[in-house]
Amino acid sequence: MTMSDITNILLVGVGGQGTLLASEILSEVFMRAGYDVKKSEIHGMSQRGGSVVSHVRYGRQVFSPVVPEGEGDILFGFELMETYRSLPLLRPGAKVVANNYRIPSPSILLGQESYPEGLEGKIRGMFPDFMLVDGLKIATEAGNPRVANTVLLGALSQRIDIDESFWIEAIEKLVPRKALDINLQAFRKGRVL
Amino acid sequence: MKEILSGNEAIARGAFEAGVKVASAYPGTPSTEILENVSTYSSINSSWAPNEKVALEVAIGASFGGARAMACMKHVGVNVAADPLFTVSYTGVGGGLVLVVADDPEMHSSQNEQDSRNYAKFVKVPMLEPADSQECKEFTRLAFEISEQFDTPVMVRSCTRISHGKSIVELADPVTGLPAPALVKNPRKLVMLPGNARERHPLVEQRIVDLSAYGDTNPVNRAEYLSEDIGIICSGVTWQYVREAIPQASTLKLGMVYPLPKKLVREFASRVRKLFVVEELDPFIEEQVRAMGIEVVGKELIPLCGELSPGRVRTAFAGTSFVPAVSATPLSVEKLPSRPPNMCPGCPHRGIFYLLNRLKAYVTGDIGCYTLGFMHPLNAMDTCVCMGASISNASGIVRSLQPEEQRRVVAVIGDSTFLHTGVNSLMEMAYNKAPATVIILDNRITAMTGRQENPASGYTLSGEEAPMVNIPELVRALGIRHVVEVDPYDLPASRKVLEEEMARPEPSVIITNRPCCLIKGDCRFEKGTVLEIDQDACTGCRACLSIGCPAIEWKPDASGKKGKAWIDPLLCTGCTVCQQLCKFNAIK
Repeated sequence: MTMSDITNILLVGVGGQGTLLASEILSEVFMRAGYDVKKSEIHGMSQRGGSVVSHVRYGRQVFSPVVPEGEGDILFGFELMETYRSLPLLRPGAKVVANNYRIPSPSILLGQESYPEGLEGKIRGMFPDFMLVDGLKIATEAGNPRVANTVLLGALSQRIDIDESFWIEAIEKLVPRKALDINLQAFRKGRVL
Repeated sequence: MKEILSGNEAIARGAFEAGVKVASAYPGTPSTEILENVSTYSSINSSWAPNEKVALEVAIGASFGGARAMACMKHVGVNVAADPLFTVSYTGVGGGLVLVVADDPEMHSSQNEQDSRNYAKFVKVPMLEPADSQECKEFTRLAFEISEQFDTPVMVRSCTRISHGKSIVELADPVTGLPAPALVKNPRKLVMLPGNARERHPLVEQRIVDLSAYGDTNPVNRAEYLSEDIGIICSGVTWQYVREAIPQASTLKLGMVYPLPKKLVREFASRVRKLFVVEELDPFIEEQVRAMGIEVVGKELIPLCGELSPGRVRTAFAGTSFVPAVSATPLSVEKLPSRPPNMCPGCPHRGIFYLLNRLKAYVTGDIGCYTLGFMHPLNAMDTCVCMGASISNASGIVRSLQPEEQRRVVAVIGDSTFLHTGVNSLMEMAYNKAPATVIILDNRITAMTGRQENPASGYTLSGEEAPMVNIPELVRALGIRHVVEVDPYDLPASRKVLEEEMARPEPSVIITNRPCCLIKGDCRFEKGTVLEIDQDACTGCRACLSIGCPAIEWKPDASGKKGKAWIDPLLCTGCTVCQQLCKFNAIK
């Protein structure tokens, strides 16, 4: 097994969006499936609405907790502009699964800049294996807009060859009990998109 | 049993397995979660201290009483704790004593990126540096054994990528059979009068010699011989980067970064043709290896600033005979609006910084969420040095100014930071009658690090109710005669108080009284009615945008030249600050 047998996943979004819980669930899935796993992320100041990137890596033996620049295999984007911003972290031919959701940055809120247009097409042009998910819409249909991240996780799980049972076990372990049913529903909706 | 743990969780687990009885800390990214996790083990008495010096002294006391004890802090916290640290190196320990320090290379959430390894050398104590969560746990356990075996405090150094990285850890049972803590008198060892300290110093020097020999044979340091052409000395997370970036290299992985295992280093150097040191930040190992007379390459290749990564290591070696030159041009994307951090919607600090901006104050700042008062459009912070410095900086700056400029000087400091090291500063300001204004932004929590309790919040680390420091009474007791409390959501009242206190030619303190909008669970923060902008009444004057609230968005019209403001109902907390700025009653 060589280094390239490690799968590199990057989770990107805006601080406060819940990327930490998603990366937690992913790591748990891979450990349960028998892989070595490392993840890395930043807490503290950047969590106050700034750009955030979490790294999750799995394989037979993982050394660095940080994904080497330009070697990301899968980009899991929670916000569209942050997804586009992070494309240089990927290798050519990487997969992109992203939430079709826009959060304006401070300069956009103030009307000094505008939210960039046509990001979907630009992402697809560079990475044809691109799945854009209406996380919020599907979550709302499932009964709670707050489970959008779990819908996305379901969509991502289609792109990763790991048995569904490990995903379900990880969600059962890490999601609070009272929110479990709706999260499992959201996951299944995402998984069949 | 296996679990996937962060470095901080694993350090807490290691403390539990080592039989630690007492742990104390002040929160600081990236170290905060260590104590939060320690508090989940009922066998450990764990608590927040008002600052790192006190935390270390609590741990030292527990160690003197025979208990295994631990203090945890971020890198800059060691500066605060340095005073007891230097002397506990001389006294040695009773029960094992460990100081965990978490560095922040790249300054993800810090004001500098000082390299704590220098402290180990300066203080003359051993330092262990784990490279993943499993080692975080193992090295924490080992640190207590070394501490007792060599009668020394031991430092364990983590960094952001270790503390906030997760990897798989094999759990073990806690040790048993540790001696019960008890009072044992030994004043010649523990009372550092000059005569006693002189007896201790030679022991400290001998200890470092002994520890170096220990490191020569203990598996905490590990040589792995692969290629004979290249050998790399490294430690901690950097070893992971090296293994990945230059997989053929022989490596000497130092689990103990101070003192160096000199025999082992010489042996390793003799078995490779070209020797390198790859280390983040300072040339700490490199300089010592060179001082041993060994030829080595280090900072000629490796950056001094910022954190490393597999890519940065590879780039540093690119073009040498070990790593091919980089040919592929990295992918680039169009320039995008940046996304810096911002105060939360409903943050009680926002209105105060808006007013400070409007009153053209010169604001000496401090460490906390409110440092974001620096950001556009608030633009209301002029200095920020370290914990507690806002007040003493203000006290110093007014001394050489004319009265009209003195009036503009306002220090801002949070409740937790005030209790950390601001109290001494305010004592100085009162004592020396420095005519500046201080605002204590009391949001009832240590917010930036993730909402930890503090001595003014009414609760302990474990969630028990606790006596609350009465901040206004404390301020008066320090000798401040003018103390005013304000509701920071009430802009006109806050403005009036600010104008009055800034004009006053003597020290005065304003205390804001709204809790952090993220405190949950015990109704300390009450959400107001979500506000809406009447699109017919809105004139597009942009006054509400001047506070930089993430809930308020400018919606341009078709021409792009005009537009109206809009409030995101999912984000608005109903704080009403924007409403008070609207001259057209459009916000309801």
